[in-house]
Amino acid sequence: MSQPKQDQAARHDPIYDHLAAKDEFAQLRHLYRRFIIPATAVFMGWYALYVVMSMFASDFMNHVLFANINVALIFGLLQFVSTFGIAFLYSRYSTTHLDPLAKQLAREYDAELLDRAAVAAGNTTPGTTPVTEEN
Amino acid sequence: MDGNQILTSGLFLLVVLLTILVTLRASRQTSGADDYYAGGRGFSGLQNGLAIGGDYMSAASFLGITGAIALYGYDGFLYSVGFLVAWLVALLLVAEVLRNSGKYTMADQLAFRMSKRPVRTAAATSTVVVSIFYLLAQMVGAGALVSLLLGIDSGLVKNLTIFVVGALMIFYVTVGGMKGTTYVQMIKAVLLMSGSALVVVLVLIQFNFNIADLLGSAADNSGAGQAFLEPGLKYGSSTTSKIDFISLGLALVLGTAGLPHILIRFYTTPTSQAARKSVLWAIGLIGTFYLFTLVLGFGAAALLSKSDYDVAGNLAAPKLAEEVGGGIGSTSGAVMLALIAAVAFATILAVVAGLTLTSSMSVAHDVWNPVFRNGEATEKEEMKVSRIAAGGIGLVAILLAIPAQSLNIAFLVALAFAVAASANLPAILMNLFWRRFNTRGAVWSIYGGLLSSVGLVFFSPVMSGSETALLSSVDFAWFPLQNPGIVSIPLGFLFGVIGTLTKPEPSAEERYTELEVRALTGAGAEGEFRH
Repeated sequence: MSQPKQDQAARHDPIYDHLAAKDEFAQLRHLYRRFIIPATAVFMGWYALYVVMSMFASDFMNHVLFANINVALIFGLLQFVSTFGIAFLYSRYSTTHLDPLAKQLAREYDAELLDRAAVAAGNTTPGTTPVTEEN
Repeated sequence: MDGNQILTSGLFLLVVLLTILVTLRASRQTSGADDYYAGGRGFSGLQNGLAIGGDYMSAASFLGITGAIALYGYDGFLYSVGFLVAWLVALLLVAEVLRNSGKYTMADQLAFRMSKRPVRTAAATSTVVVSIFYLLAQMVGAGALVSLLLGIDSGLVKNLTIFVVGALMIFYVTVGGMKGTTYVQMIKAVLLMSGSALVVVLVLIQFNFNIADLLGSAADNSGAGQAFLEPGLKYGSSTTSKIDFISLGLALVLGTAGLPHILIRFYTTPTSQAARKSVLWAIGLIGTFYLFTLVLGFGAAALLSKSDYDVAGNLAAPKLAEEVGGGIGSTSGAVMLALIAAVAFATILAVVAGLTLTSSMSVAHDVWNPVFRNGEATEKEEMKVSRIAAGGIGLVAILLAIPAQSLNIAFLVALAFAVAASANLPAILMNLFWRRFNTRGAVWSIYGGLLSSVGLVFFSPVMSGSETALLSSVDFAWFPLQNPGIVSIPLGFLFGVIGTLTKPEPSAEERYTELEVRALTGAGAEGEFRH
């Protein structure tokens, strides 16, 4: 547990250092980034491809697949499909992988605050969570 | 006035009355600052999702994109796609982390770990600039729409409409606060979705639900033939215009998650999970809406002739409603026309209310209190100033909108998105994901992005040097594109990086731990406000 340093901003609360040092937090950050970084690269790249091809690959985009439906229309509609799809995947992923970790850490935060309040009120049994001095 | 005008005016009045009643009701539930600024943080995912849709789907989208498809076919649709894909940036990178780390405004999450005054002033400046450009677009659109719909093409009607819209938005915001504004936006979203769904079904019935037939008729009737269904009619005339569109697309995708009136909506939910759900609802609604405009636009191209609506295409949607409702002269056609016109009017009202709320709140919370009152003003005083600011911004918007009527609405919307993408999004993302980011980085990024986007437009063919320019008699244009995003967005990031690296700020780095823990876990985040 790190001690607050002199040059930290006035409001800094060591409780956040405790949470940040936990394995669960490292895992939460890892899992969050593991989804958002590739997903962002995919949808930005996919959209950029769509826009650039619409402007510069007219032969390919104007190819009629059937009736009056050309590649350009399908490509555009696939942007809708991919947007809905990534949104759905992220929703499922965050509910199963991120929310439980985040909620657990938020509970630990609440518990530490309660312990601290108990100490401040003169209660001599501060519980299991180590409490550093008020900042 | 003939019967149709009375019907249209009557429905407009009904929409206005409904929103006024809802606002008055919301004002009775508003007591503290959490109510006024963040709607008590008690809106569910679905409610906030509807409100986000109501805040986002502007008249420029509904009338403008339908009109663009009716006139230019595929390119209108191409334009609409960016507005949807953009929501993934908001969903994955911004909504939840912002909900957990901020309080009322965009500046909150910067001020969390940086020097408060400079970052709040910078964020408030770009908030007001983006909001004013967007407000002008909506108000100019309102003036044009009402005069076209009432069939009275006079400057007086347009100015009067701008004045009435301005007065209404001041009323919604000062009386109803965030709660009132949210209800107005939810009502609008329901009206807009059901109104356009009705017209979509009526259009599809005419083509026996055969999309290929609809597209074929649109292509035949457009006069452009197969090219109407292909990219390029609007944006493909030269290499410059093609790059210009790519620049626009980039601004649309990155600008949405930097629009201040969208950002503050994430604070109205009780948790970050609810904020996520609200974005999911919004994506569903907005995606469906743009699929509707696809049918509406091609439907207008297929069923109307270009002389039926105005040259800008803004009347394509209401005129299409009249046509599929039974045609000109029929009662059912007139009812449909009036209905869709009223929906468009509600659309404008909801969006301008959101913009006025955001900018007035930023003036009070980010500038007046921290800069002029040293952060010591009470919440009550701050709310009072926010209400006064709403009146002031409303007035400024009215005064600017009257001479701005010669400006192109689509241009104003694109400019708002470009500024949001260049000035706001880089600072938001770097703050949330880069430990070393600091005060100077944020300030440089915001002002740098703001000045480069507005500056490049100033030196573009929009301002001077072409026949359609604002100042057509002089030529000081050296930037070839109308859309600055492709240059100004990277500049926004670059200014932030240079500013950060040239003046390290250990306290901002250390406070990042707290910001990151709060952002990802919600520990210590602002909770739902309970009376």
